[in-house]
Amino acid sequence: MSSYFKKYPNDQGFFEDYGGAFIPPALEVEMKKITDAYQTISKSHNFIEELRSIRKHYQGRPTPVYYCSRLSKKYGGRIYLKREDLNHSGAHKLNHCMGEALLAKHLGKKKLIAETGAGQHGVALATAAAYFGLECEIHMGEVDIKKQHPNVVRMKILGAEVVPATHGLKTLKEAVDSAFEAYLKDPENTIYCIGSVVGPHPFPMMVRDFQRVVGIEAREQFMDMTGELPDHVVACVGGGSNAIGIFSAFLEDDDCKLHGVEPGGRSLEMGEHAATMTFGTPNIIHGFKCYTLQDENGDPAPVYSVASGLDYPGVGPEHSMLKDMGAVNYDIINDKETIDAFYELSRLEGIIPALESSHAVAYGIKLAQEHPQKSILINLSGRGDKDIDYVVDTYGLPE
Amino acid sequence: MGNRINKKLNEDGKLLSIYFTAGYPKLGDTVEIIQQLEKNGVDIIEIGLPFSDPLADGPTIQQSSTAALKNGMTTEILFDQLKDIRKSVSIPLIIMGYFNPMLQYGVDAFCKKCQEIGVDGLIIPDLPVDVYHEEYQETFEKYGLINVFLITPQTSEKRIRFIDSVSNGFIYMVSSASVTGAQSGFGDEQQAYFQRIADMKLKNPQIVGFGISNSETFEQATKSAKGAIIGSAFIKHLNGHGVDGIDKFIETIR
Repeated sequence: MSSYFKKYPNDQGFFEDYGGAFIPPALEVEMKKITDAYQTISKSHNFIEELRSIRKHYQGRPTPVYYCSRLSKKYGGRIYLKREDLNHSGAHKLNHCMGEALLAKHLGKKKLIAETGAGQHGVALATAAAYFGLECEIHMGEVDIKKQHPNVVRMKILGAEVVPATHGLKTLKEAVDSAFEAYLKDPENTIYCIGSVVGPHPFPMMVRDFQRVVGIEAREQFMDMTGELPDHVVACVGGGSNAIGIFSAFLEDDDCKLHGVEPGGRSLEMGEHAATMTFGTPNIIHGFKCYTLQDENGDPAPVYSVASGLDYPGVGPEHSMLKDMGAVNYDIINDKETIDAFYELSRLEGIIPALESSHAVAYGIKLAQEHPQKSILINLSGRGDKDIDYVVDTYGLPE
Repeated sequence: MGNRINKKLNEDGKLLSIYFTAGYPKLGDTVEIIQQLEKNGVDIIEIGLPFSDPLADGPTIQQSSTAALKNGMTTEILFDQLKDIRKSVSIPLIIMGYFNPMLQYGVDAFCKKCQEIGVDGLIIPDLPVDVYHEEYQETFEKYGLINVFLITPQTSEKRIRFIDSVSNGFIYMVSSASVTGAQSGFGDEQQAYFQRIADMKLKNPQIVGFGISNSETFEQATKSAKGAIIGSAFIKHLNGHGVDGIDKFIETIR
């Protein structure tokens, strides 16, 4: 197992053909500094001890693995959930935000800077900043600020400054530009904290490493509960941080099939989905190489998903590699199947899943129907409180 | 075959290089701008291929890129506009753009097309020197293209030496660690950086970019470097005056 993590990524941040750091020299210099610092600090006894303690006492880890008896009874199979929705702040995101913020503290940085689309990453990072007493500056498209009002309020309550990106389409892409620009103005005192296993090296590696805790826990818990490994492991993939987290513990178990679920959106036409690996081609986006959805000019294509945490026209480089290797099966779930799963899990188990995670639940249900004798472990990456108004207003309540 | 860039670098005197975004202010302005710049004594021209997702451009260049894309500029159209450029223009031409559109076009096909047109070099700020060296250097050389790398005040000496060894034209010396944009003057820190690089006695001459907008900054930048590149200030001029009065703009520089 350890040989995989030593091999990927290589020194230049490549997962075979994917990843790397395709960035201008000013950023290259800063990324190199973060890489070097991460390599030394993250292996120090102090760092590991502190992160371990935070995970236990602050985040409430380990999060449980839970057997869904009613869901399993209805659909077949034996369906289990890794309950990342019970991680503090309601999603797996805090796992890497605490890691990134702890690194910032060890480096003597004063401020965390990041972009956010729907606001989930922004809220998690603002949480981490508050914990460590660091300043936090979140860049967000002006359009998203209006759409995601509750998360903007949460960030402000937590003490973060929300900076609107006012150029271009005023959404996630412009927020990334704006955040990088702000970061480059003062790289001595600030650190950029990316929201998933994407971006230039070392971020895909760092975020992966911080999210591995999900898989390590889940594997051990599942073995404790059942005496064996799961037959299937399922996770949703936008950038892919929760999926890498849980998959990383099962990559060398040949009998355990891994499934990454991409958002199929409203239809399979370009612009109506965000199924990057299913329909994309390898290219460069935001400083790294991966499968991307692009128009004929090489510009990022418009993407859509009912789950705003999944609508990204790129995907983590490690996922891109795992797809080519055939190590993970990547498939899609559309909006309708997602909403059905959202209500099924809510009503059969009393757990309201995030719309992102509902993609994984929907796929798990499909697998259960196809393989009634098998065990299925789903990473429930986040809770759905943030989505309730949108779902009920748009789709109504089921009978 | 002697590249026009190398010949130009061997001439005496300081070189003035101008950057503009292709397709701006109007889609069809490209050739006119290039001809005007040559007529007014500019030494090297950098033609910016606009990209929607830049990570290192200041607001002026970003706005011009957005406008150029809105005007309909694409890689294909730029190549088409430039196809007869060597009938009227003889100074070195460099295409500057992000790596993604080139990858999308196909690196080999892109370089081949550049050679056919008579483009002399490329500047790709987000293509790391190691990746270039391992994967693309042969292709660039096959088509006689010079690849220009950027260094900043923070680039380590080791890295600069490596870039120098891989380069065969000039080194683009970014004056500050920030994004592009015109500024009023260079401070002591930047002047010291210019001197430090000059003292390294690199085999490739250096041309300074970022923050040059008038004769004062041009002179400061070229005290120890071979030349300087003006981008944002020229874009601003185009924004106000279009292709008219390029001669007056150049006069303010030297």
